[in-house]
Amino acid sequence: MSNIWGRILACGQGPGPSYWNSIHKMLKYFFILISLAFTPLNAFAQAADLPALVLQLADKSRAKQSEAIDALTASGDPVVLAPLEALLNGNLYTRKSDGTIWITTESATGFDLKHPLTGAEGGSAVSEEMTKANITNAIRTRLRGALGGMSLLGPDAKLRRQAADAIFKNAAPESIPLLESAIAKESDPAVLRRMQRALAAIHYNLSDDPQTRLKAIETLGGFTDQDVRALLNNVVARGAAGAGGEEVRAAAEKALAGVESRLEFWGLAESLFQGISLGSVLLLAAIGLAITFGVMGIINMAHGEMVMIGAYTTYMVQEIIRTSFPGMFDASLFIAIPAAFMVSGLVGVAIERGIIRFLYGRPLETLLATWGVSLILQQTVRSIFGPTNKEVGTPAWMSGALEFDSGLALTYNRLAIIIFSLMVLGLLVLVMRRTSLGLRMRAVTQNRAMANSMGIRTGTVDALTFGLGSGIAGIAGVALSQIDNVSPNLGQSYIVDSFMVVVFGGVGNLLGTFFGAMSLGLVNKFLEPYAGAVLGKIFILVALILFIQYRPRGMFALKGRAVEH
Amino acid sequence: MRKFLGKTWLAAAIASFAISGAQAADDTIKVGVLHSLSGTMAISETTLKDTILMMIDDQNKKGGLLGKKLEAVVVDPASNWPLFAEKARELIQVKKSDVVFGCWTSVSRKSVLPVFEELNGLLFYPVQYEGEESSRNVFYTGAAPNQQAIPAVEYLMSKDGGEAKRWVLLGTDYVYPRTTNKILRAFLHAKGVSDADIMEEYTPFGHSDWQTIVTNVKKFASEGKKTAVVSTINGDANVPFYKELGNQGIKAEDIPVVAFSVGEEELAGLDTTPLVGHLAAWNYFMSVDAPKNAEFIKQWQAFIKNPKRVTNDPMEAHYIGFKMWVQAVQQAGTTDVDAVRQAMYGQKVKAPGGFDSVMNTNHHLSKPVMIGEIQANGQFDIVWRTDGPIVGDAWSDFIPESKKLTADWTFPWVCGNCEKPKYAAN
Repeated sequence: MSNIWGRILACGQGPGPSYWNSIHKMLKYFFILISLAFTPLNAFAQAADLPALVLQLADKSRAKQSEAIDALTASGDPVVLAPLEALLNGNLYTRKSDGTIWITTESATGFDLKHPLTGAEGGSAVSEEMTKANITNAIRTRLRGALGGMSLLGPDAKLRRQAADAIFKNAAPESIPLLESAIAKESDPAVLRRMQRALAAIHYNLSDDPQTRLKAIETLGGFTDQDVRALLNNVVARGAAGAGGEEVRAAAEKALAGVESRLEFWGLAESLFQGISLGSVLLLAAIGLAITFGVMGIINMAHGEMVMIGAYTTYMVQEIIRTSFPGMFDASLFIAIPAAFMVSGLVGVAIERGIIRFLYGRPLETLLATWGVSLILQQTVRSIFGPTNKEVGTPAWMSGALEFDSGLALTYNRLAIIIFSLMVLGLLVLVMRRTSLGLRMRAVTQNRAMANSMGIRTGTVDALTFGLGSGIAGIAGVALSQIDNVSPNLGQSYIVDSFMVVVFGGVGNLLGTFFGAMSLGLVNKFLEPYAGAVLGKIFILVALILFIQYRPRGMFALKGRAVEH
Repeated sequence: MRKFLGKTWLAAAIASFAISGAQAADDTIKVGVLHSLSGTMAISETTLKDTILMMIDDQNKKGGLLGKKLEAVVVDPASNWPLFAEKARELIQVKKSDVVFGCWTSVSRKSVLPVFEELNGLLFYPVQYEGEESSRNVFYTGAAPNQQAIPAVEYLMSKDGGEAKRWVLLGTDYVYPRTTNKILRAFLHAKGVSDADIMEEYTPFGHSDWQTIVTNVKKFASEGKKTAVVSTINGDANVPFYKELGNQGIKAEDIPVVAFSVGEEELAGLDTTPLVGHLAAWNYFMSVDAPKNAEFIKQWQAFIKNPKRVTNDPMEAHYIGFKMWVQAVQQAGTTDVDAVRQAMYGQKVKAPGGFDSVMNTNHHLSKPVMIGEIQANGQFDIVWRTDGPIVGDAWSDFIPESKKLTADWTFPWVCGNCEKPKYAAN
């Protein structure tokens, strides 16, 4: 079977995918023709079997299902690809009225039907008429293994790599000849390594020859990932059973020790990444507050709601894009950033002009008033959008992870947020230091009376400063919508953390906010594995309280007369 | 003079208000709704409030109950546990509610319990919970651990479920996850799983940074045996948890996660494509193929005027609870709590889940257990279900001190946590 596959699919190496597809199709018909013409008995026997086997795919019994999958794979006929893929993707349905089986695609009214083997159109049906063929995780693994074998020789390096990994997990001895032929042809070194890894796993698990097993262990020991660790652990735990006995076990133990020590090192790198990532989330949440609280001195309890409004703006932008310009979805976040800045900023200006400006110099009243505002905003959003979570989609370029051979996985959304938070911080520092607006802001906050007498309209500057802080909180909302719930409570979970970061870093100092966020993130992540999430948080709060006792102005305190007021 | 006039005015106003109030009390049967409409739990509980409003509306269209109209009395305990007790008292004493449907979290239930027992009120609690309780004044229409947690773990141990040998128990840090995990640990011990193969981890409410925990789960799973995660994570924390799982590339085939608090409603805020194959255990799924369910979904979407809204297990529990209460009131001929309670035992309702649900004398329902796998469209595919309804067990058989206790509110027991019957039957 695998040889047939090798021959058919190997033709596709080299030229582009569309070319390969057409060749594939041609070959498919060619294959059917040939099999009809030259191998009458055998082929007819198989052809008669296939429909029955496909029907069996929808069986309620998992044992029957996996039997059918194995038999279909063993037939080696390329037409079985379609029903197997449909089963994996959940598109295989039986019609209730006559018990026939179909591949479906969703249409406006229900389903369009296609015959699973011939691909002939079968009209349409409403969803009530059809029953889906269910699968479980065990069946899913088997399907992926079977389909993996079929795409192992395909033109797409990513698919080949996935196929090799699927075989690694399934570890079925039937895959050996296929893998060997694939390894002989493979040109991409990274994919080649994955294939060797899969082959070693099969040899290691099932071979009767101690020498083969020892060699497999050697290959496996060259990898540093959790899956290899699991595999080696498994056999170490089984003891001296299997071919090679004690010698193999000892080698496995030694390889395992190597894998584990390297994993530990990479684990450290992973903790570091996670700490920085948490730090960047804290930084984003706190950076707006560093302006409203840090620079202006307003205890703004509604800061979290500005973040929440930013997240809801992202949702709105995505809704509009989904309904009107579906092609632009991957760019939705870039459109949402200025939109969220504007919306949150305007709400911020309204709050400043409407409420806060009457309360300057009265911190307790400001605190209570802004807390009230935060409750009003939450309930307003709840009334407009409903209390349930809103789905904010993740663009394709932000999902998944950057995976290294060592098993280190850096998730793209976290990477993007780290870079984004640094960009926002940099931009803000530029605005504060290099623009006339920044100059006026600093002037007003340092000495209001003097600034006023120099002709600066302090009221306008106050409103703009508060608007800037709120707008940046809105931008943070765009980023947080990617990792957290978009619900009316989104802001609440960040308000305490934000104040913590600003106070710890030093009130009125943007750089302090940066270091505050990063150190809190890192400490949190290095503490969590030992103390657990709940205790870890308590430790950090206690440590922070102690720290504030000794340095009430935070890590980077502003010095000079201006501070004393 | 002016002062005097003002006072008369006020007195007249009060008098007329009192009269109209008294009239209303005579004309209608009051149904209290005690669900948070603001705060953290609003996300889940608002839907339940709407469910009860739908049921009341429906009953009134059928001509009401005992010749009277039903009237909803909605209060908002705002996800604030002590406020639940206050509002419960208000519902029973001031608003004179004949029955109350309410609560979601176990903390809120524990907080209203003394109030209902003191004032002899009647509460229908619709959420799956940790068990270890049976109050004379509460009917539990959600699942007890033996109707959800235990069957789910048994499924994962089975061949179809992937034969898991190592277990991660993840939960939010409060009474429901802690008690459930205590029961699960005892159950796993009984099945021969050692402590070294169990990892237990708790997080605060609303936890949003799951990187470390997901990494640890991955590491724990790579120690040579098939691993499964049992999640009692509640509320908002679920979305970031599943997002992190998806991003770190944990597939259901490698490490399946079975959740007890994630239903259709929770998945509505998520892109479920990376989560296909992860599991949830409930007594009802929206995807149940039964005529009664189609009717229920149609009724709900028409009432809420949104053809995209989903239904879930606690909503079904309220549906069953409300229908049973109506039947019991009709049978008793009164809304008097003591009479209705007696009439409740053995009440049978055709549930949207496609079976007959029965109220037992321990105040728990008989329901079948279903395990569903998450699909790309945010729905669940039912991959396993019990052959018939399972009787809810108030006291777990896997905790030695609870095993001895019996909950039975009929003669001769008349008790929620006794080792011996109260009255000797002779």
